Amino acid sequence: MTKTFRMDEAQPRLLDETGQGIVGAPLDRPEGPKKVSGRAAYAADGLPENAAHGVLVRATIAQGRVTKIDESSVSDVSGLLGVFHGPKMTRNPAQGMAGEAPVQPGDEVHYHGQPIALVVAESFEAARDAAQRLAVSYDADTDVITDPSRSETHEQDDPETAGDFEAAFAASEVTLDRTYTTPPHAAAAMEPHAAVAEWEGDAVTLRGALQMLRFNKKELADSLGIDPDKVRILSPYIGGGFGSKLGIGPEAVAAALAARELGRPVRVVMTRQTVFDSVLRRTETSQRLRLGADKDGTLRALSHDDRVSNIRDEGFAEPVSQASQFLYGAEGLSFTQTLARICRTPAGSVRAPGEAVGMLALEQAMDELAEELGMCPVELRLKNLPDKNPMTDQPFSATRLADCLREGAEQFGWGERKPMGERREGDWYVGMGMASAARSNMLIKSAARVRLTGDGAVVETDMTDIGTGSYAILGQITAEMLGLPIAQVEVRLGDTSFPGASGSGGSFGASSAGSATFLAAKAIRETLAERMGCSLSELTLQNGIARGGNREVPLSQLVDGELVEEASVESGSTADSHFSAGFGAHFAEVAVHAYTGEVRVRRMLGVMAMGRILNEKTARSQALGGMIWGIGSALTEKLTHDPRTGHLATRDLANYHVPAHADVPGDLKVVFLEERDDMANPIQTKGIGELGISGAGAAILNAVRNACGARVYDMPATPDRVITAMDAAGF
Amino acid sequence: MREFDYTRAETLSGAADQLGEDASVIAGGTNLLDLMKIQVMTPSRLVDITRIDGLSDICEDGEGLRIGALVTNSELAADPRVRDGWPLLSRAILAGASAQIRNKATTGGNLLQRTRCPYFYDTAMPCNKRNPGEGCSAKQGDGRMLAIFGTSEHCLAAHPSDMAVALAALKAEVEIRSAEGDARRIPIGELHKLPGDRPDIETVLAPDEIITAVYLPAPQADTKQVYKKVRDRASYAFALVSVGVAVAMDDDRIASVSCAIGGVAPKPWTDPELEKALVGQAPSDEVFGQAADKALTQARCQSDTEFKKPLLRRTLIAALREATGLAVSAPGVETARIPA
Repeated sequence: MTKTFRMDEAQPRLLDETGQGIVGAPLDRPEGPKKVSGRAAYAADGLPENAAHGVLVRATIAQGRVTKIDESSVSDVSGLLGVFHGPKMTRNPAQGMAGEAPVQPGDEVHYHGQPIALVVAESFEAARDAAQRLAVSYDADTDVITDPSRSETHEQDDPETAGDFEAAFAASEVTLDRTYTTPPHAAAAMEPHAAVAEWEGDAVTLRGALQMLRFNKKELADSLGIDPDKVRILSPYIGGGFGSKLGIGPEAVAAALAARELGRPVRVVMTRQTVFDSVLRRTETSQRLRLGADKDGTLRALSHDDRVSNIRDEGFAEPVSQASQFLYGAEGLSFTQTLARICRTPAGSVRAPGEAVGMLALEQAMDELAEELGMCPVELRLKNLPDKNPMTDQPFSATRLADCLREGAEQFGWGERKPMGERREGDWYVGMGMASAARSNMLIKSAARVRLTGDGAVVETDMTDIGTGSYAILGQITAEMLGLPIAQVEVRLGDTSFPGASGSGGSFGASSAGSATFLAAKAIRETLAERMGCSLSELTLQNGIARGGNREVPLSQLVDGELVEEASVESGSTADSHFSAGFGAHFAEVAVHAYTGEVRVRRMLGVMAMGRILNEKTARSQALGGMIWGIGSALTEKLTHDPRTGHLATRDLANYHVPAHADVPGDLKVVFLEERDDMANPIQTKGIGELGISGAGAAILNAVRNACGARVYDMPATPDRVITAMDAAGF
Repeated sequence: MREFDYTRAETLSGAADQLGEDASVIAGGTNLLDLMKIQVMTPSRLVDITRIDGLSDICEDGEGLRIGALVTNSELAADPRVRDGWPLLSRAILAGASAQIRNKATTGGNLLQRTRCPYFYDTAMPCNKRNPGEGCSAKQGDGRMLAIFGTSEHCLAAHPSDMAVALAALKAEVEIRSAEGDARRIPIGELHKLPGDRPDIETVLAPDEIITAVYLPAPQADTKQVYKKVRDRASYAFALVSVGVAVAMDDDRIASVSCAIGGVAPKPWTDPELEKALVGQAPSDEVFGQAADKALTQARCQSDTEFKKPLLRRTLIAALREATGLAVSAPGVETARIPA
């Protein structure tokens, strides 16, 4: 029976006492060699015999109705098997943790690029040919609003407040009122969205590229109108997700519908253009920051108002001011969000929704305030760190932000920073900038099963690995708890027939699935202690040997057959009594060409405290990746829509500019400060993946300002915007 | 991708014989195959010229070089003679695309690559280059990468090549052969046509003509050559603006200058007035800026491309500063490196 554990109080730090010494070690990912040698089977690999190929057809109007899909227009395509459309086709991927079907718009079109049909043929080439040539007639609406600044349907929340912002702002000796904008972003995962559906009777098996199987199973069942028990999803390897594969996607639903109809397996792989057109984007934002402070740098007022957008009938609104609500304390705090309804590719979670863009604005505003005050930006932040969440009065579960700021300044050589514009090398200005990092932390209900056989263990959970290291860390936790060499532990993931976990998202996967694995292994330890005839505290497990009660017994003698335990974890009252978040500090040095406005990041340092580190190597890779996304959001990334039709102009990786190697400095460094978060979960960890991006871009943009005077209010800071801002600053 | 016939040509005349309105030459295919996949180009026949002898060599031609049309971008950029005598060409090639693409892309194909205007690539949007008479979606559309020189009301697309800009600054010539075997040589500046009312016709090549070689004239002694490309990220992005210059100094004055501009026109853009304004002058930011202003009198921008005027002015100044020795480059910030 599954043991469910609620996180109601701090737990003993068992992983600090166990003897194997593998948790935290910088272990290589066990699946790494398979991935780099092409032997890891991703969703579209390992095609069943007799599989047919489907390609999605996009709508080419921004809003209206499909009046006719003329199948005769492609009847000359050899090997054509069918054109599928109808009421079960989904408009876009489900939002994360939706657990139900995404919008199924029937013949309605809600955005340019919406999948409206699936063409299936014997070959991919034939299907793509037909998908491109299929004649579709529309009844198109006129005066469609695709620009959020022109939207007439604004939904505005009541301000979230603490204290009296207006009064505190009015009473402040120094005030700042700035508006920053960020463009829409794409997750831009390397693996395009793909699915292979195969029916056996009334049950379907789907190989997919999906991050949250426990929810995806329900979403697929609901989309198809079948019982969730009739759905099995396999997603053992995922070529990057970044939020774009949280929910069931149109490729999966369409593949299942066509496979049922045709009575044979159907594979649907989105083309890169379709990924851009129809997978959830990050909203563009417009953010107004108002800060008030006394001359000594004490923050008195902080307000962060934002406007985001989404398509009709989507509940998601980017939580832009999430970090602004707890990072700094002030007498008066106020946060308002406006959601504009527009006809564009729907918006959803992309790489640290909220903090990734909100902290670009907040941490630039803090830099501007420091400048107004004539204060060191590090000192300004140190002066305003609260000891509890200023909006909720919850104490922080664990925070070492002050240490991160001080340690980062020391290690980076912050003391060498020159006044604005005073460091020049040839035709390049050079400057330094910094920013705080913060990302709220969560525990999501998760289950896992651990089997201990005599000389090895197996972990089974429907947790996924989106390239982050789930296989490694779940193996390490199990090896640590059961005293096994890591090679003796096998981790099986990505199968809905295993116990349901959180999935990968919101940086909560390691903590949530890791805690469930830990608890299952802990239950096995209890049985082992009984069999050893010793108390749990006396039991030591190391390298396959159990010790306790003056006995030393190999596990293989202690376990006859196998010991199986399943455990489940969910958040409890510590989530109310305490506020948990990861914190850090980013430092950046940039060179800006004095004439052309090109920005080159020369070095970056992130100092972070994010609870217990389960694997020093995969954690570091995550943090580095996050910082690289920070470079993208500061300098290069922007989805561009046609201002008239809302169609996407940047539909491939040549035109949507994620940072290239040459954009990333060789001197990119992460330092972890030791920390345990006792209130977060039973293994004292925090989320890692998204903290790296949070604030990183602002450190770069603050360095640009220090280098050459340019303060760019509309991200990304491309050369044209930098030269305009340099001109404005008199450089 | 539509179905098509594929022919592997053994000889030039054999290849030219098979060309016609509905056929396309394929060499590296780095642009053509992408365009075929999205059905922007739908040739019914591909004529593969990569097995034809005599098109894959770089050989000395007097004091200059003859570069076969099939020489890959990687080979050309790495050729010691090119790096020594025409470093501008090496630098421009390495500033473009990615290593994988440069390994496949050819000299002739690079010149004939199509624009990257997003509307040309989206068959749901009207485009006069794809379908003459259909209209130009780029007008008042998203236009960051569009041209500001040489455009017409029918087309605003820019030519994306870096290599072609260097060849224009180096005053290269293009050798062309027809099905009849006639060969002709034209200055690189005459290869591409401005769009006028037929933006679908991009070069002076007749349907049965093939580019067979590019000729580099003898390098001028003591020129300093610079290729400066400004783009939205440090690598693998097309130029917002690029400048190729070769400058010779006579004591402290500019003796001669040859300059071409990329990312701003349907062809590598040259302007004699720009060069005239520089020759005989002592180098200074002011002189460079005045020369840039001469070229910019021809610019026609829409709101999205307005930035190209100040950016081009500044990039010209920056490139000329490097070419005349006014600028000291900072170590660690230049990303382009010529492989050893």
